[in-house]
Amino acid sequence: MEIEPPIPFAKRTSLRLPLVSASVEAGFPSPADDHLERGIDLNEELIRNPAATFLVRVKGDSMRDAGIHSGDVLIVDKSLAPTDRKIVVAMIDGNFTVKRFRKRGGQVFLEAENPDFPPIEVTEGQELSIFGVVSYIIHQAR
Amino acid sequence: MIGLVDCNNFFCSCERVFNPALLGKPVVVLSNNDGCIISRSEEAKALGIPMGAPLHEQQEVIRKHDVHVFSSNYTLYGDMSARVMSILREEVPAIEVYSIDEAFLRLPDNFDEEMARALRARVLQWTGIPVCIGIGSTKLLAKLANRHAKKNKALTGGVFDLPRYWDPEGILADTPTDGLWGVGRNLAVRLAKMGIRTALDFQHADPAAIRKSMGVVGERMFRELNGIPCLELEEIPPDRKGVMASRSFGSPVEGLEELEEALANHVARAGEKIRRFGLLATGMEVFLQTNRFRKDQPQYSPGVGITLDRPTNATAELMKTASDLLHRIYRSGYRYKKTGVQLTNLVSEEGFQPSLFDQAKPGRIDVDKIVDEINRRLGDPKNPVITRASQGTERVSIGTKGWKMKSERHSPHYTTDWNQLPEARVDS
Repeated sequence: MEIEPPIPFAKRTSLRLPLVSASVEAGFPSPADDHLERGIDLNEELIRNPAATFLVRVKGDSMRDAGIHSGDVLIVDKSLAPTDRKIVVAMIDGNFTVKRFRKRGGQVFLEAENPDFPPIEVTEGQELSIFGVVSYIIHQAR
Repeated sequence: MIGLVDCNNFFCSCERVFNPALLGKPVVVLSNNDGCIISRSEEAKALGIPMGAPLHEQQEVIRKHDVHVFSSNYTLYGDMSARVMSILREEVPAIEVYSIDEAFLRLPDNFDEEMARALRARVLQWTGIPVCIGIGSTKLLAKLANRHAKKNKALTGGVFDLPRYWDPEGILADTPTDGLWGVGRNLAVRLAKMGIRTALDFQHADPAAIRKSMGVVGERMFRELNGIPCLELEEIPPDRKGVMASRSFGSPVEGLEELEEALANHVARAGEKIRRFGLLATGMEVFLQTNRFRKDQPQYSPGVGITLDRPTNATAELMKTASDLLHRIYRSGYRYKKTGVQLTNLVSEEGFQPSLFDQAKPGRIDVDKIVDEINRRLGDPKNPVITRASQGTERVSIGTKGWKMKSERHSPHYTTDWNQLPEARVDS
């Protein structure tokens, strides 16, 4: 079996939105022309480290207070170290879940944004498996 | 200095990154067609499941120990491989991607074990893939160092710097010749007859005797073992001599029509591939194979090759030629296991001067280009959305046509398909 040459992640889909749109009068060079080449590349803006960035889809609503809704897609950067108050994708009981990472003194907690669910304390020796830090939330407007 | 980075149990490791339920569990990944076990997690190795074992021979141990079994998911593995390689590329002056899970690195002089450990940690954190790194003064010695790092992972932490180790000869003495890169079992037997059993024996052997018995290949190994680089880092993939597309059938195929359909699919894939690299084929080979392990069945495995009238990468032309060749070699009454096509003597589109009469007619629509683009956007290489009629109607043929590859347990395309992203449950 031959293996397909992998396609680089970031270059595959780049959507360029023109920043300026000027109506050009015939015969007159628009002063905006020089700037037209620049556009917004969402990949560039939202994905700082393509090699370490993964997308994860959310199921469930217990992180609603953090602005994360069921069906949203999270941009997760595995190269970022979790620090206090970062939202992380964690591995708990064989599943991915989303929590707020809290570090107080030497203690580490994973908190849900929902008072019904108590924070999970990560005790010493217990392996804390963080998949990555959530850098952006993609939410479809309704 | 040369480094060799090798991803540990790569396919199993990829599965594990996106499936936390697999942590600490035995995992195996199967070859195409779900035939053999081609990747094992450490837990699966500990159960005594051998590399390359046919799946059906391992059913009992799989059931008993609840081994997680996956069909190969090359879309996922390819993407993860590209991520690992891009990290390596950023860290060192040059790399040679040797295979999907291995790369040689050219290391700067100041690159020490500590930096190797940092690189290993970075790949692990960024991608979730554990790697081993071996450092040596030649490619062969880097491979040998990597083998030591992997075999003694608890001791080495997955990193081994052979030249800076206090007793490199001890490591060479512990490496049997068949553990050397490029030495297979037959060669190891031949070496043993010369009294060469370990890498150290080989290093101190008589070069004249090596050359006499093993020719230039042996001499090159001898020099590499003695720290004299003979194998260059191949930074750019070597010229593509040919592109092969073939696959074993899920179950044997006898009829010409079905073979044509399978071959048309292979031609479509090969055509897409050479177009992607801006290449034209100047030759084509088509082959058929019966199952040589079925000694009870009549055997017939013909192949035929031709030079094309003119270099091309147009799928329609390639399919027509492939079909003609298939008709030429096909005989009824055999149970075929495999068919395939090879596009040979590839030349660059740019370098190729079309003759005056072959110039593309203005206004001609490049169907292939459009089909490629649509398939790239909407499908994946294994499941194109647009196919030609000669490739059969896939949706109908799934499960009914013999040639469709068996791939019953592959995991989602976690990293390349918007509709197959890993899910995080936040209802607790």
